[in-house]
Amino acid sequence: MTTTAPRRPQKVTFRDRLSRLAGAVTTPLLPGDYLDLVAPLRAGAPLRGRIVAVRPETRDAATVVIQPGRSWQGHQPGQYVRLGVDVDGVRQWRAYSVTSTPGAADGLISVTVKAIPDGKVSNHLVRRVRPGTIVQLDQAQGDFVVPEASPERVLFLTAGSGITPVMGMLRAGLHVRADVVLVHSAPTRDDVIFGPELRALAETGALRLVERHTDTAGLLGVDELAGLVPDHLDREAWACGPVGMLDAVEGYWASHGLADRLHTERFRPTVISPGEGGTVTFTGSGVTVEADGSTPILDAGEQAGVLMPSGCRMGICFGCVVPLREGAVRDLRNGDLTTAVPGDGVLVQTCVSAAAGTCDIEL
Amino acid sequence: MTVIQKKSDNPIAHLSAEDIEIIGKELDAIRDRVIADRGERDARYIRRVIKTQRTLEISSRAVLLFSLFPPAWIVGTAGLAVAKILDNMEIGHNILHGQWDWMRDPKIHSTTWDWDHVSPAEQWKHSHNELHHRYTNVVGKDNDLGYGIMRVDEDQPWHPAYLGQPFYNFVNACFFEYGIAAYDLELGKNLKDGGHKDPAFRARARAVGRKIRRQVLKDYVLHPLLSGPSFLSTLAATFTANLIRNVWSHSVIMCGHFPNGVETFEKTSIEGETRGEWYLRQMLGSANISGSRLLHIMTGNLSYQIEHHLFPDLPSNRYQEIAPQVRALFDRYGLRYTTGPLPKQVASAWWKVIRLSLPNRRSDRRQPVAPAPLVSSGTA
Repeated sequence: MTTTAPRRPQKVTFRDRLSRLAGAVTTPLLPGDYLDLVAPLRAGAPLRGRIVAVRPETRDAATVVIQPGRSWQGHQPGQYVRLGVDVDGVRQWRAYSVTSTPGAADGLISVTVKAIPDGKVSNHLVRRVRPGTIVQLDQAQGDFVVPEASPERVLFLTAGSGITPVMGMLRAGLHVRADVVLVHSAPTRDDVIFGPELRALAETGALRLVERHTDTAGLLGVDELAGLVPDHLDREAWACGPVGMLDAVEGYWASHGLADRLHTERFRPTVISPGEGGTVTFTGSGVTVEADGSTPILDAGEQAGVLMPSGCRMGICFGCVVPLREGAVRDLRNGDLTTAVPGDGVLVQTCVSAAAGTCDIEL
Repeated sequence: MTVIQKKSDNPIAHLSAEDIEIIGKELDAIRDRVIADRGERDARYIRRVIKTQRTLEISSRAVLLFSLFPPAWIVGTAGLAVAKILDNMEIGHNILHGQWDWMRDPKIHSTTWDWDHVSPAEQWKHSHNELHHRYTNVVGKDNDLGYGIMRVDEDQPWHPAYLGQPFYNFVNACFFEYGIAAYDLELGKNLKDGGHKDPAFRARARAVGRKIRRQVLKDYVLHPLLSGPSFLSTLAATFTANLIRNVWSHSVIMCGHFPNGVETFEKTSIEGETRGEWYLRQMLGSANISGSRLLHIMTGNLSYQIEHHLFPDLPSNRYQEIAPQVRALFDRYGLRYTTGPLPKQVASAWWKVIRLSLPNRRSDRRQPVAPAPLVSSGTA
């Protein structure tokens, strides 16, 4: 809610003057703070969306349909969008593949979410969120996309919610342009997200679908691929699923010297496993220190010569807060853990927080 | 061995060092319970207050465009005064304390927030959060004790200049936001000892200047201009709203630490202070105001000054909820929980300002205290 207007070297337009005047009337707030009360999705507002429907897909997955704000620039099939959702009052950011067709006539987009055990955000979106809720959005990103000139033969290897970016591509009509084989794993037939839609596509001959129900048939091994899809190495391949599967697939394609024909999407690139103490990196100043679990990050940084902001040094004044870009810290007063993944930008009080694992501090 | 009381009726003489640490543990437990339970309900609360404030402010300013019409003047001025009070007290003060940082909403965060006030948020956070809350009621360390211009404790030496302090306090009440800006700048001290030549001070003074210009431009130029023929009456209305806000916040804040029953501490008494002793100082150095739910919101829940000083970073809507537990703790350990209705507390604080404008006999306070477990004798 800062009042500082960005400096613009170009010539000042009438519109700029008008917005500066409006800013002078609403100071210390910005005119947008008032507009947010009535039009949170307007053009020019920070990108947000309104949830218009939540449709169950399987017992633990649901499609969330979102009306994006006016600044939404669209997406390419296969890309993901970062969603900022308030869960228990705390804003949490997660990335989900867009499963709707680009440029849909109703202007809506959808993401499909699978509730993972203990997943704060996924469980909230699948089971608790109500239509009408405002969520924060980012523009679509990601290079897990099929190029404009699509290859003739395509192989998709997916598991669980890894089907979601592929569904986005299929709904955009990829199977019309290319010969598509989809090998998808899920625990049971009913757990296959978009199962009926995929089977319907397969029945019409639009694509070849190989379903693997792992509860009965076990996990799919890469050595089985040759039997299931004999020409798999001649196809341009896209894989999306759990880390173990992706590691195996990448190793397999690399061992055939075909690493460049495989494209993967890793949704949870880093798993934060909190411990006691850890390596703290101050990303701005390029300083790295080893801090134990009882030393406040403020002290650790100061001892290493980092210019740390500080205040009361007892957790009262919030003069020392800095963004934790990635990692985990423990509140020394009560042992509470705070974790952050890139993009969260969680602000932590360094005077009462100790490293609980590797931490990247933006300073 | 820290909290020193020179009074003959030392209010903590009956507590052992162990008792004090147990009190600290119990207070930590209260804090942990609130944090474990903090969530969606609290987030909804602050967002609702912010929405109410913004709606009230913009509609009051709209009504004031027709302020030539007396009923519009009255309604608009009252609405704007309430909006400004909400902005400063329940919203600004508490957000700047970091009470809502846990929501991770960059729009409601201590590092991004600014308020309808001439003191820039950054400077206020330093003098208030860092100094006042840390050194609460320590004579010579906590400048909130008399704001550096008044004598509010028998132990502050008397000087003839203090004869005028009831008058200064009245002027300070009317222009309180400017008083706070000057106080955050430590203007008096810096002018006296040449600190005003320091580039850091000059940068801070310029920031205050910018903030004042923007506030004045909004309240006394642009809004009246937009009112066209109602220019002068809108000018009078915004001035009145600011005056009401200033007097109100001054009154509430005086009630926090000046009324009878509130203890003060010596500089040396906080050396090596433990967590329990820090809590104890906050317990004895603050006073509450009793009243309705509306009063609590209008004071920014500073009517729960004791709870606020114990837990300055807990969401303000929780103070009322934990107050009975805190009070029970006071009762259990035989400590005085100072509270009273607003008129009584304001009168008590004013009486102190008036009484201490005159010299007092210090002898009655200089008598050696009866030896008590926690009283160290060397420094009194």
